[in-house]
Amino acid sequence: MTELTHLTIAEARDGLKSKTFSATELAKAHIGAIEKARALNAYVLETPEKALAMAKASDERIAKGEAGALEGIPLGIKDLFCTNGVESTAGSKILKGFKPPYESTVTQNLWNDGAVMLGKLNMDEFAMGSSNETSAFGPVVSPWRRVGSNVSAGSSGSIEGTHLVPGGSSGGSAAAVAARLCLGATATDTGGSIRQPAAFTGTVGIKPTYGRCSRWGTVAFASSLDQAGPITRTVRDAAIMLRSMSGADPKDTTCADLPVPDFEAAMSRGVKGMKIGIPKEYRVDGMSPEIEKLWQQGTEWLRAAGAEIVEVSLPHTKYALPAYYIVAPAEASSNLARYDGVRYGIRENGKDISDMYEKTRAAGFGREVKRRVMIGTYVLSAGYYDAYYVRAQKIRTLIKRDFEEVYAQGIHAILTPATPSAAFGIGEKGSGDPVEMYLNDIFTVTVNMAGLPGIAVPAGLDAQGLPLGLQLIGRAFDEETLFAAGQVIEDAAGRIELPGAWWAGA
Amino acid sequence: MSVDQKTVRRIAHLARIAVQEQDVPHLQGELNAILSFVEQLNEVNVEGVEPMTSVTPMTMKKRQDGVTDGDSAEKVLRNAPAREDDFFVVPKVIE
Repeated sequence: MTELTHLTIAEARDGLKSKTFSATELAKAHIGAIEKARALNAYVLETPEKALAMAKASDERIAKGEAGALEGIPLGIKDLFCTNGVESTAGSKILKGFKPPYESTVTQNLWNDGAVMLGKLNMDEFAMGSSNETSAFGPVVSPWRRVGSNVSAGSSGSIEGTHLVPGGSSGGSAAAVAARLCLGATATDTGGSIRQPAAFTGTVGIKPTYGRCSRWGTVAFASSLDQAGPITRTVRDAAIMLRSMSGADPKDTTCADLPVPDFEAAMSRGVKGMKIGIPKEYRVDGMSPEIEKLWQQGTEWLRAAGAEIVEVSLPHTKYALPAYYIVAPAEASSNLARYDGVRYGIRENGKDISDMYEKTRAAGFGREVKRRVMIGTYVLSAGYYDAYYVRAQKIRTLIKRDFEEVYAQGIHAILTPATPSAAFGIGEKGSGDPVEMYLNDIFTVTVNMAGLPGIAVPAGLDAQGLPLGLQLIGRAFDEETLFAAGQVIEDAAGRIELPGAWWAGA
Repeated sequence: MSVDQKTVRRIAHLARIAVQEQDVPHLQGELNAILSFVEQLNEVNVEGVEPMTSVTPMTMKKRQDGVTDGDSAEKVLRNAPAREDDFFVVPKVIE
């Protein structure tokens, strides 16, 4: 029998149903794998007792024939989701010790369907980052290594050599899924934080349409852009998990009152007769030949499967990233105003209340978060609001209009690369100029700005043996087409072989 | 546009983040890098374009004006760094 941690969600579901193994055995296999992988720093909190209790309850429901859609499936939860009675920190020192007395809607939906929680996953602080290096818990080590790299399990329980980043902000989620430390993980995406780490780790990540998943109980970064979604090892698993995560929620007024389709059923539709758009503006200056080739390959796969390939134009693409770096920090500066040392998290005492606020926030926030809160404060301040914020929101209207015009021509989905490069090494980017790191999101951020769904699917390896991903962008609330086309890419590319557990010797 | 050091200190205060004097030049450089990056937005003609207010067009959901939750002072205060009975404790606000 295959090792239990190597199963897909779909395979585990079948095995549990046929009683080949129990939910408890499945949970134990993962708890063991997590213990051996601490050097990767993917989990910031392990909850083995909770996992075993939930697995036991799953086994009882399976025995009674009352299994839910995700019964007994062990998952990792990004630390941005509030979990009842379990520390939830958003990767920040300022929320140290915070145990929410409530459960986020997305995680509650998963537990209602029988899923099992293994623990909380590392992430960039408040989801601000593209490499997981801004986390207060330290960076995550990618399970991937370049061919011939010197990265190895050290003797003292740590990793030796200059390791690769798993991407971010959902770096812990992507690393845990790729390293087989859970069958799937929750993640969130404000500018690319699901799709970029998925592409970096050879996993599948989907950011659904804005409003598909409730944001209630998920720590807010930029409320008009944030969406939850899954990271998994196959397109099918993403479809299974997203269905459970999604759905209307009276607690979030921006969550759509729409029925959730059976995404898994949509996967077999294929792309025959579909029109797939190739946006010429995504062919950016200095694009690596490998990315160019991958994109071309993806185009050919879809054409071979019966899709019609159409060149399209999204003229405002290049303005999406700069507009994002006004809108997202502005919303963040407003959302993060709540961390003031009064109601939760840490407090640094001061001579008066203002001094207490300033010292608490100086001690609690990391550098990237401070930088973004300050930029946001500046662009919203008197005299600059129209020049920056209002202008950026107008440009956002134009970006969305670009997509609407393309879809009005009968295009069903758009194919682009997911990232401008494969994963980079720790400390390699953004130390001097923050914008260097921001450029990682150049292909993903337009999707958030327009509120559309986007999926990243592994499509091949680069010359260094590292995974590269393709992105498909869909119409609003048409994730089904993304699963259908994503499956075509996965079938054509073949499933990427994930690295073996080289870290377990540490 | 770019910010001077005085403006950096003013923004930090508006954002309620204490900044050490030695960090001001560094922060100034980082903020100006971001501001210079967003400068390119000025070349877009936005005349007559409505600023986006809602990314997916939907009518705001409304509900009955009724009590749905509450009476949970203990839960609300459980994570407070400082409390007394059912109150959050903060430094003196009024002189």
